Amino acid sequence: MSQLQRAAIPDRLNSPLARGLKSWEAMLLVVAIGVFILNSFASPYFLNAWNLSDATFNFTEKAMIAFAMAMLIVAGDIDLSVASIIALASTAMGVATTFGLGTPELVAIGLLVGLACGAFNGALVAGMGLPSIVVTIGTMSLFRGISYIVLGDQAFNQYPPGFAYFGQGYVWWVISFEFALFAVAAVAFWVLLQRTNFGRAVYVIGNNPTAAQFSGIRVARVRFILFLLTGLMSGVAAICLTSRLGATRPSIAYGWELEVVTMVVLGGVSILGGSGTMLGVVLAAFVLGMVTFGFGLLNVPGIVMSIFVGLLLIGVIAVPRMIRMIAKRG
Amino acid sequence: MIRILSSREALLGAVILVMIAGISLRFPGFIAPDNLAGVFNDTSPLMLLALGQMVVILTKCIDLSVAATLALCGMVAALLNGMGVPLPLVIAAAIGLGAVLGAINGILVWKLGIPPIVVTLGTMTIFRGIIFLISEGRWVNAHQMSDGFKGLPRGEFLGLPVMSWITIAVIAGFVVLIRQTALGRSFFAVGGNAHAAVYTGINVGRTQFIAFTISGALAGLVGYLWVARYAVAYVDIASGFELDVVAACVIGGIAIAGGYGTVAGAVLGALFLGVIKNALPVIGISPFWQMAISGSAIVLAVVLNARRGRVQGRLILKSAERA
Repeated sequence: MSQLQRAAIPDRLNSPLARGLKSWEAMLLVVAIGVFILNSFASPYFLNAWNLSDATFNFTEKAMIAFAMAMLIVAGDIDLSVASIIALASTAMGVATTFGLGTPELVAIGLLVGLACGAFNGALVAGMGLPSIVVTIGTMSLFRGISYIVLGDQAFNQYPPGFAYFGQGYVWWVISFEFALFAVAAVAFWVLLQRTNFGRAVYVIGNNPTAAQFSGIRVARVRFILFLLTGLMSGVAAICLTSRLGATRPSIAYGWELEVVTMVVLGGVSILGGSGTMLGVVLAAFVLGMVTFGFGLLNVPGIVMSIFVGLLLIGVIAVPRMIRMIAKRG
Repeated sequence: MIRILSSREALLGAVILVMIAGISLRFPGFIAPDNLAGVFNDTSPLMLLALGQMVVILTKCIDLSVAATLALCGMVAALLNGMGVPLPLVIAAAIGLGAVLGAINGILVWKLGIPPIVVTLGTMTIFRGIIFLISEGRWVNAHQMSDGFKGLPRGEFLGLPVMSWITIAVIAGFVVLIRQTALGRSFFAVGGNAHAAVYTGINVGRTQFIAFTISGALAGLVGYLWVARYAVAYVDIASGFELDVVAACVIGGIAIAGGYGTVAGAVLGALFLGVIKNALPVIGISPFWQMAISGSAIVLAVVLNARRGRVQGRLILKSAERA
């Protein structure tokens, strides 16, 4: 995002609503609890430990990408190719099964493909200084396109039995492997963004890349690492999702980039960069996951849910601005 | 200045000609006038949408909702036709609805200052969802459409289908709009340097709003043409087409940072993709390659565009200020 746009659209943190933003996470928490209570009224089957455990699958994979995406967006970039990275990583793992490779090799391949895709995006955006939106729109088409070339209308579904653990296994009682991974990733990314020098550098870059450069931050390197991280987390999500579904089609995770970005924005991360917290993203993941699950309990079709996701994405940014506009006038 | 401009589009034109020549060396049928006219006609929707997208990108915005707008307007056109509404009204309704949907994007960007990418990413899914709601997930098939409705885009006039003529007329209209009108120049001014544009008395937000409205209206028109030509309307028509549209613009040398681009660039960028799409089955490559090729073309074009850098953007602005 350029300086110009930033000047035209003031950052939320610098606004009189700064105090309001501090309670953004609190508001999300209230919404999450509200949705939870509504859901428990919506269906008598909701308040069941196993049922709640199932509900977490609605957001764990997307949230793992959202953590990395949040850092990327805080730094002022965006990656629209994440869902396509899942497709490519999943396809690569599927190809590997045809060579009879075992579970550890599959996991390594999934992670490496994710990293490679992230490195490709990062090299183009951070290395060559190209705009991240267009680059990742291009790679979004390119990565999934490669999956289509490899798979066409076919599917891979011969995954080794041990591979199913990542998406279907349980660590302890109702705590699924995915949920445990989600929790570990949430803590790790919180530490990385809000408790390390690297995290501070990310905020500085998002607020003013030029100033960051002059204050001795290696801007290009940090941005490259962020794309690597996003690619890596997409690879992790690809492993979990492929394992959970037990099959790979080129249309896997179609449209997820929207839901991941929505999750990040709903979490209070400014789309213009420079502000946001990991706690907000975690809470937003819960809210979106619970809402989706609640709609599912009410038999609302997926496409109607996507209307809601779209409205949420716009509403979350629009409503505070409208309130501010009205407050200014009044 | 003119030399640089013409060389950019000339290069793309040359690449397209070389591609056509290369294909026709092995498959002479490809270069037959009928086939080339078919390629042009086939690429018409992409060219129309690329022109709309161009004015949006010129003002430093992006419209990812074009394909969803197209699909929604196409569905509404098909449903209205099913209710027996006369054809001119159906077409007017499709264009009008497209303009309204574009205006919604524009208002959100203008009045609320929400980044265009967020707005259109959101409206993209909202519009698709609305198609599902109004159609209840059902398809509108050929036998449910009147003959006049289906026939108009295919009707021949002076050897070319009406759809091609509409495209040619819109291209001509855009050349006039971009080169001869104050509005056309203000698109460049807004994208090139928004602060300078404000000082010259241009309302930046309003110009972006108009750009979105134009893009939406064109998507509405294409929505009717698309549904009528393929004689089917359902939730997922033109799914993912917004990427092709952005690709056409980027390949055509329209700077994603705004302020630089030509009508010829948008048209040639679309034709480039259209020729590839039509050539793939001819030279025996699976259509599954299409997506990866568009993707590589976008990435390559961004890399090539970046080499021109900002210098030319400033030159354009200077010439715009002089005018």
